[in-house]
Amino acid sequence: MTTLNPTSPLTQSQRWLRAVTDKLSARHVADTARQLLLPAIGILLFLGFWHLAAPQVQTSLGAFPGPAQVLEQSGQLWQEHSNQRDRAEKFVAMQEQRNERILAENPAAEVKIRAYPGAPTFFDQIVTSLGTVLAGFVLATLIAVPLGIIIGLNRHFSAAVNPLIQIFKPVSPLAWLPLVTMVVSATYVSDDPMFEKSFLTSMITVTLCSLWPTLINTSVGVAAVNPDLLNVSKVLQLSFWTHVRKVVLPSSIPMIFTGLRVSLGIAWMVLIAAEMLAQSPGLGKFVWDEFQNGSSQSLSRIMVAVLAIGFIGFLLDRIMLLVQKRVAWNE
Amino acid sequence: MSKPHLELTSVQMAFETPSGPFIALDNVDLKIRKGEFVSLIGHSGCGKSTVLNIVAGLLQATRGGCVLDGHEVNTPGPERAVVFQNHSLMPWLTVYENVELAVQQVFRKTMSKAERRDWILHNLELVNMSHALDKRPGEISGGMAQRVGIARALAMKPSVLLMDEPFGALDALTRAHLQDSLMEIQQDLNSTVIMITHDVDEAVLLSDRIVMMTNGPAATVGEELHIELPRPRNRVALADHPDYVHYRQAVLSFLYEKQNFPDKQQAVAEQSGTDAQHDDRDDGDARDGQNERSGTFTVHSAPSGRTAPVQPAKETA
Repeated sequence: MTTLNPTSPLTQSQRWLRAVTDKLSARHVADTARQLLLPAIGILLFLGFWHLAAPQVQTSLGAFPGPAQVLEQSGQLWQEHSNQRDRAEKFVAMQEQRNERILAENPAAEVKIRAYPGAPTFFDQIVTSLGTVLAGFVLATLIAVPLGIIIGLNRHFSAAVNPLIQIFKPVSPLAWLPLVTMVVSATYVSDDPMFEKSFLTSMITVTLCSLWPTLINTSVGVAAVNPDLLNVSKVLQLSFWTHVRKVVLPSSIPMIFTGLRVSLGIAWMVLIAAEMLAQSPGLGKFVWDEFQNGSSQSLSRIMVAVLAIGFIGFLLDRIMLLVQKRVAWNE
Repeated sequence: MSKPHLELTSVQMAFETPSGPFIALDNVDLKIRKGEFVSLIGHSGCGKSTVLNIVAGLLQATRGGCVLDGHEVNTPGPERAVVFQNHSLMPWLTVYENVELAVQQVFRKTMSKAERRDWILHNLELVNMSHALDKRPGEISGGMAQRVGIARALAMKPSVLLMDEPFGALDALTRAHLQDSLMEIQQDLNSTVIMITHDVDEAVLLSDRIVMMTNGPAATVGEELHIELPRPRNRVALADHPDYVHYRQAVLSFLYEKQNFPDKQQAVAEQSGTDAQHDDRDDGDARDGQNERSGTFTVHSAPSGRTAPVQPAKETA
């Protein structure tokens, strides 16, 4: 696996060379080899098994796709994406030319540029999904962290809220979705909507399902602040806000981040399901559309989506880990 | 004698338990002069920490009360700074920031930013920790962290400094070093100090007065011993000093003859484990296992020759 590095290629290669020469001691080579070798073997074995097993599985849409077909389809999807981009650019350029002509004839004329009306490609759907999951996750965090702090600080409140948390936590996104859809359609009525209804529906579903781990971890972290530190805070007569900001929050940051990482993972899983069921734009819709499409390539294309979903989920977790390392004091 | 600086009057402390109230302290009377260094010594679970917490305002006495400079103590406050056993520094703040948090809070209105900075640095200088301003508590040794804890407490300019076994978790050499530092600082600042200790030598070496507490439940002040050794005190020179030996002897005889450690009680407490909840912090320390020596006291090689805990004496009434 390669790492992306934004530095210039020259210095990067120099640094790489130096790193390589530094690491050339036998033990380092052995260590690095072992670190890379075993995952590589694992992946290769999996690919081999997939390649051999896939043709044995016959479906109504042909044989289950092997790695080669999936690779081909991912190239195909990229091709479609760039073609679509080209067409969109031409479409806009054409309009601009036309507008210039109109303006040349009549400078007072009102001109406008319409967006390209083509269907969103696989990569557009990825971007949409990422946007939705981030919106839902941020909303969940904004609710869960403050609420978790209150629950953690107040034993009575905690006792009152705990049964509700336990009951709502295990609810599947599919159960929430119809309710959310109906409520959004009924309440979000506007002539000039800022967001699509489908976006709101999936986002709120994501929020409802992903806020629990953060909520629970935050409350546990807050309740578990070292009693000695609480005594220090009392002796210093810190005000409530200073107490929360300077003692409670930093102390529970590690727990909060553990919760956030679990939440983000859940948010991403929930989103795909919500998009499939709600027919809101995104990767889930892509999968559903391909399934309904039922061409000979559909299974390969769905498999591309499956791998992309997995890889993006992995990247999201890594990004959270990086943020945690920057923010948390114990890292 | 003029009006005492700090006065505890017939303090009783009862903790609610499922099996009725547990009286930890009863009839504790204590008067402390300004600038006096008082040690509280007694067996584990006798309520020393409870007394300290009442003075700190972290616990409310169920009867009686505590008066400091004519004001009743009800809530915690920086004029009664506490040095906790396990330094209790915020692990996410650097050494400087930990002291800053206290100074910011106490002198926000009375000191300029530059003055506050000087004051923080001055206090860290006092405990010889100027070299580690930007280190986190996790990056320095336990002894250093405890120094910072002391600096933080001193930086609040407390009228009473409360220390709950401040050196209990440290090794013997570091402890000796910090005791010397504390003696110097206390002499310079003439601060009033109440210190809880398990260590007979520490008590004799540092204190103007040792307050010995009887065993709980309903623990109270058993005996008081005025230590009239000249200051500054030198631990090496004092080791053979007849007065020093005599004071040590007096404390040991109180602890092991008059208030022999209640072994049975301890066994019950260990078995049930629930007793620990209404007990004072001493039991928490025991669980840490850092300084607790199964209820016995730290007795360093003593010139008197009586080093080991004496045989369980017959119950003295």
